Amino acid sequence: MNDMNADPQALLPEVLLAASAVAGLLLGAWLPRGRQWLVGLLAAAAACAGIVSASVAAAGPERTAFGEAFTVDPVTGTARAVVLGGLLLVLALFAGPFHRHARESETYVLLQLSCLGVLVMAGAQDLLLLAAGYLLASIPAYTLAGFRKDGPGTEAALKYYVVGALLGVLMLAGITLLYASGRATGYPPLGIALPEAPRALVAVGALGLLAGMMFKAGAVPAHFWVPDVIQGSTSPVSAFLSTLPKVGALAALLRLGEAVLTDDAVPWAPLVAVIASASMTLGNLGAFFQTEAKRLLAYSTVSQAGYLLMPVVVAGRSELARPALLFYLAAYAVTNLGAFAVVCALPRATALADYRGLARRRPLLAASLVVCLLGLVGTPPTAVFVGKLESFAAAFDGGYAWLAVLAAVNTVASLFYYLRWIVPALSRGGDAALTDGERGARCLAHGAAAASLALGLAAGPVLAVLTVSPAA
Amino acid sequence: MLTVLVFAPTAVAVLLLCLPARVPPGVPRAVWVAATAAELALAGAVWAGYDTKGGTGYEVRARWIPSAGVGYHLGVDGLSLPLLALTCVLFLACALYSLRESRRPRAYAALFLFLQTTCLGLFVSLDLILFFVFFDLSIVAMYFVIAGWGHRDAKRAALKFFLYTFVGSLALLLGFIGLYLAAVPHTFDMVELTRQNPLAGRSSYASLVLLAVVVGLAVKTPTVPFHTWLPPAHTEAPAAGSAILAGVLLKMGTYGFLRIAMPMLPGAWRRYALVLVVVGVVSVLHGALVALAQTDFKRMVAYTSVNHMGYIVLAVGAAAATADTSTQARSLAITGSVTQMVSHGLITGALFLLAGALYERGRTYDMGAYGGVAAPAPVFAALTGVAAFASLGLPGFSGFVAEFQIFTGALGPRPLATALAVLGILLTAALFLRALRRILMGPLRLPDAPGTARVFPDLRTHENAAVVPLLALTVLLGVAPRFLLDVIEPASRTVLEQLAR
Repeated sequence: MNDMNADPQALLPEVLLAASAVAGLLLGAWLPRGRQWLVGLLAAAAACAGIVSASVAAAGPERTAFGEAFTVDPVTGTARAVVLGGLLLVLALFAGPFHRHARESETYVLLQLSCLGVLVMAGAQDLLLLAAGYLLASIPAYTLAGFRKDGPGTEAALKYYVVGALLGVLMLAGITLLYASGRATGYPPLGIALPEAPRALVAVGALGLLAGMMFKAGAVPAHFWVPDVIQGSTSPVSAFLSTLPKVGALAALLRLGEAVLTDDAVPWAPLVAVIASASMTLGNLGAFFQTEAKRLLAYSTVSQAGYLLMPVVVAGRSELARPALLFYLAAYAVTNLGAFAVVCALPRATALADYRGLARRRPLLAASLVVCLLGLVGTPPTAVFVGKLESFAAAFDGGYAWLAVLAAVNTVASLFYYLRWIVPALSRGGDAALTDGERGARCLAHGAAAASLALGLAAGPVLAVLTVSPAA
Repeated sequence: MLTVLVFAPTAVAVLLLCLPARVPPGVPRAVWVAATAAELALAGAVWAGYDTKGGTGYEVRARWIPSAGVGYHLGVDGLSLPLLALTCVLFLACALYSLRESRRPRAYAALFLFLQTTCLGLFVSLDLILFFVFFDLSIVAMYFVIAGWGHRDAKRAALKFFLYTFVGSLALLLGFIGLYLAAVPHTFDMVELTRQNPLAGRSSYASLVLLAVVVGLAVKTPTVPFHTWLPPAHTEAPAAGSAILAGVLLKMGTYGFLRIAMPMLPGAWRRYALVLVVVGVVSVLHGALVALAQTDFKRMVAYTSVNHMGYIVLAVGAAAATADTSTQARSLAITGSVTQMVSHGLITGALFLLAGALYERGRTYDMGAYGGVAAPAPVFAALTGVAAFASLGLPGFSGFVAEFQIFTGALGPRPLATALAVLGILLTAALFLRALRRILMGPLRLPDAPGTARVFPDLRTHENAAVVPLLALTVLLGVAPRFLLDVIEPASRTVLEQLAR
């Protein structure tokens, strides 16, 4: 260990994102309203450059920066690719509705800062850095949630903020307790110290830490904000909030499960398994009879958080856990953003019944919707299918067969409510509410659906990349 | 070769969807017929080029998701080749039958072409995940066929079908993952798993995996008690959809027994074979009795599927009995089960298409509403009669060959069960004769709903073109089954060898 190896090069994608956020803030103050889209363009350029530099870094050896606080390994690499790629999609979703908006440039800046926080969470190897990432990811997101200054928007922002602040405080308390019991905040020393520490202290600390992570992942029992925030925010914001923060939280949980909170210290696997099963089950139950498209998607992301937690349960127990989680994250991000892109493309259709006749009026959009929704179910050959397959296999392998069975049962149940959306979209009738809408979002929906299929079919090489490096 | 055979229909479907919306409706229908005819020719070429001595032909092996042990592995042998040919024949028949389809013909043709890809793909898959992918996609495609072109209550029936068979498919997936994790190195490759027999000696693990696999396949087959999705799905589906559902999709379940469950889990299969025998007999009798109680012609045919598939389950269960019966008899049972799959596909396909013709003329399937139809529609009456007699297993038809083999093969190992199952034939005979008498004989009576015509026109050319070849093949197989049996027999011997490990 070399002390304080600042090494900003290892953090190039993050640095680029931060720099373009700051530059965007300054630029936004100068540019006339009609030209503020330039800030978005800058953000997109930064994201592209970030992806390039992340793939260069991923090709190199694993390294750490800032002492051992931040690590650049396949988990970070994948999280960077997914988050920055997702950011590009989200930026494109924002471009239409926010064009000439009073706070256009601020939106882009907040998005970037939040993504930066997510990336910090994903790469953190230190509890304090994790907490910093949590705050950076959350606070801009609270603001974004409240952008629509109407009743539901305000409620969304307030609810998001209150729940986030409460669970954030719990998380900080948990970190304090873990620090007290392990006398360190870095993962490697904690991993050595915690098994020796008083178990009750470690358990309470772990619970507090989990509270924050569950909030970001949108998992039960910290899921109360999800439906209201997703429904109350503008559609592009919902797309962002329901997808990208999950990546940071789950990557962080994976690391914690592998290196810190191993079964020697706390009953980590059973704990996460219970959370996972509760998330998938309650999310599905909540989604069953929703009539609003966004609310349905909100509950669906709660259940997806449950599936995504499956590999976390067996982190460190099964070699399949890591590639399973990373692949599933990428697959989920593409598919879920695709589904939200359909919602964004039809701003006037809010209820499921409004989608009646979509297949006739917009056959391609209907096809994209079907691909994305069946993708979320996990129908082959979409990407989520491969993700689920790997996760099931990982759960079996790690001795959690019951969790895989439960997930399979839940998958079947989830089919029911996705079909409640697909059926009207494919039936005849409907009104003209479906014909107008965002052209850009429509193209994105097609693109995301195609990408979800392509990622599923080309899962081989992608998984190979994710599996090369030995699991920690 | 197999890749082309499998994916060509989807390619044609994509082309169809790319056509401008204003092409006359005749074009997609003509393209559909041409594509399915080409597929049949291709399948014929595959059959002609297959070495009947056994083994896997036309193997294709490519890497797909190597890190997860999933490969693109195709091949045909004596079990899959007959089903491959059956699929092509039935899809061609459906294309011909649908030449008059006026509701969104382009999407209809494209959907069926896609469905054909999934069916063909399933029968040539030699990788469990590939098998599963096609299995699931066939459910998706069939859901849209039923929901989009079915009768009044189609949405509900389609949903029930989807949920039910999807539950089955996920049970199947869990079983596959169980097999995958047991193999060293982890793999989904069927050939490799069959060779390894990874669960030998791990009885409780093997039992659980077998349970998952069998439940998944039993839902698809369907056997009692997992058959309740079948009657509504059949009744509400369009005629061509029912024909494919009964003719091809149901075979996926029984094919899976022979292809996956028996060779990969031989020990567990032998241990629990008696359960399958019981389930088979119950399916035979229950299916026949419930069919006897139906007044709806299509529903009745649907329940006879439960009965006919029950014979297959009985045969695959009886084949596992080791109690000093000759290998020859058990091999006969397996050969019979494959023959029965082909025979049932042809006969039920024809029956459902005829039911569709009946519906088109009278707008109802209720047998009580018809009478004396034989006078105005002699060809329809003759074909329905032939199909009904073929279905009840009269000598000279393929059904007789199949059922004879099954009973002969199963009687030695499981005498009581077989004796009970034979009663099923009697019941089927009764119900078909009753249906024929009601619809075809007596004074002329037609449904009197508003909007129905007061005439009953005979079958049109395109309907004849669809139904007659199916029945002709049934007769051909009934009179000269050697060419089919030559292909199946080596494969069934192989299955028995694998089962005996």
